[in-house]
Amino acid sequence: MTATAPSPHPAGTATGAYVDLRALTRTFGEGETAAHALRGVSLTIQAGELVAVMGPSGSGKSTLLTCAGGLDLPTSGAVLVGGVDITALSRSAVAELRRRRIGYVFQDLNLIPALTAVENVALPLELDGIRARTARRMAADALDETGIGKLAERFPDDMSGGQQQRVAIARAIVGDRRVLLADEPTGALDSETGDTVLRLLRDRCDSHGVAGMLVTHEARHAAWADRIVFLRDGVLVDESGPTPSIETLLDES
Amino acid sequence: MSVKHGLLALLQDGSKYGYQLRAEFESATGATWPLNIGQVYSTLARLDRDGLVEAVGATGDEDDDTRSRYRITDAGRAELHGWFDTPVARRDRPRDELAIKLALAVAVPGIDVRAIIQRQRTTTMRSLQELTTLKRNAAADDVSWLLVVESMIFAAEAEIRWLDHCEAMLVRVARKPAGGSTGTSDPAGLAGPDAIGAPR
Ligand SMILES: Nc1ncnc2c1ncn2[C@@H]1O[C@H](COP(=O)(O)OP(=O)(O)OP(=O)(O)O)[C@@H](O)[C@H]1O
Ligand SMILES: [Mg+2]
Repeated sequence: MTATAPSPHPAGTATGAYVDLRALTRTFGEGETAAHALRGVSLTIQAGELVAVMGPSGSGKSTLLTCAGGLDLPTSGAVLVGGVDITALSRSAVAELRRRRIGYVFQDLNLIPALTAVENVALPLELDGIRARTARRMAADALDETGIGKLAERFPDDMSGGQQQRVAIARAIVGDRRVLLADEPTGALDSETGDTVLRLLRDRCDSHGVAGMLVTHEARHAAWADRIVFLRDGVLVDESGPTPSIETLLDES
Repeated sequence: MSVKHGLLALLQDGSKYGYQLRAEFESATGATWPLNIGQVYSTLARLDRDGLVEAVGATGDEDDDTRSRYRITDAGRAELHGWFDTPVARRDRPRDELAIKLALAVAVPGIDVRAIIQRQRTTTMRSLQELTTLKRNAAADDVSWLLVVESMIFAAEAEIRWLDHCEAMLVRVARKPAGGSTGTSDPAGLAGPDAIGAPR
C-alpha cells in the first residue's frame, strides 16, 4: 500500500511516546498586547494512540497543533517527533519531515482547487521527489482507504464537504506518515458523516500505529479518542489531572 | 415509558413466555435496561388484569405463571399504538437531578460550583467514551441497539455542552466587578475557593 514498508511500531522516545511536546510556550506579539497562546504545555502521544484536544475558542488548540506539526515554532520548549527535536532542525529538514512523516488536516482543508482529488493527494509525494506515477498510485490507494477512490478525478469544487474532507485526510495519511494531526476535521459535517471521519482517524491509529491528535469542539467526536485533554487559556488540563485555578483564567485575555 | 409498553410491543408478533419477553426486551434495548424476571411477571399480571394481554396455553397449575404464555389483546394493541403515536412530552420526564444539584450549589454559600461542574464533565465525558466504544463495536445491522446507544450519546453530548455553557457563564459572572461597593462580589462562591479576593 505504501512505497516504503512502515515498521509497525516505530521507534519513539525512551518513554515510548512518538510525539513528545515539552513545556511549550508560544507568545504572539510583545509587551502589553502580547497574546500568550501556550503557557507551558507538555503532552505525549504514543504510537497508535489518538488524543483529542478540547477547549474554548482561543484557548490555544490550533497553536498547539501547528507547533506539534512543525508549521509554527514555539517561543520556548521542545517538540520531539520520533525522538528528534524538530525545533532544532533546519527549515528544510522540518519541511521534509512534514512531507514524509506528519499528516496535517487543516481546519479549512487547504485543497488546491486547480488539482483533482488524486493530484491533491499526490502533491506532497511529488514534492518529495517520488516519481509521478508512483505518487499517483499511492494517492489512489489513500483515496480508496478513505472511501472515495471513485472520485479520484474530480475537482474539489465538484465534491461535497464530507468528500473534500476525505481528500484532505487521504492527503494526510498518504505514504508512510507516522503522525496525524487534525484541526476540527468534522467542522461542518453532520454527525453521521463526522462519525465516518472519526472512524477513519481511529483506524489509522489502531491498525497503522500512527500517533494521532485531534482538535475538536464536539464532545461526541472527542469521545473516539483514547485520551481527552483540555486547554484553558494556554494551560493544559488533563481530565484526570487537577483543575486550573480560576486565577489563571482571570489573569489574561 | 414503561416496561408495560415494552412488553406489549414484543407481544405484537405472537404469544410469548415471560422469560422470552425478558430476553427480547434486553436484547432490544441492548441490556441498557436490565429487567428482573419478577418485574416481567408482575407487569404481565397487571396487563392481564387490565385486559391488555391474556394468558394462553397454561399447563398445570393456574397460579404458576412461569408456565403461561401471553398474548396481546385488541385493547392491548390499541394501547400500544396510542403509545407509539404520542410524542414523549418533556415535562413527563423525571426532573434533572444535575440541574437541581447545580442550582442548589449556586444558592448555598461555600460550595465550589466550578469543581462540581468539572467533575461532572469528566464523568460524563468518560461515559461518552464508553458509549462510543460500544457504538464502534456494534454490528452495523443491530439497529435497535445502535438507536439506544445513539440516544445516550446525544444525551451525554448535550449534558457536556450545557456544562461548558454553565462554566463559561459562572466565569463571566465571577469576573464582573461587584455592582455595589459593599459586600463580596462572589456571594455564592461561583468562582470557587481559589478565587476569593483574586479577580483583578
Ligand atoms: N498568528 C497569530 N498572531 C497573533 N495572535 C495569535 C496568532 N495565532 C493565534 N493567536 C492568539 O493565540 C490564542 C490562541 O489561538 P488559537 O488559534 O490557538 O486558538 P484555538 O483554541 O484554536 O481557537 P478556536 O477554537 O477558535 O480555533 C488566541 O488568543 C489568538 O488570538
Ligand atoms: Mg483553532
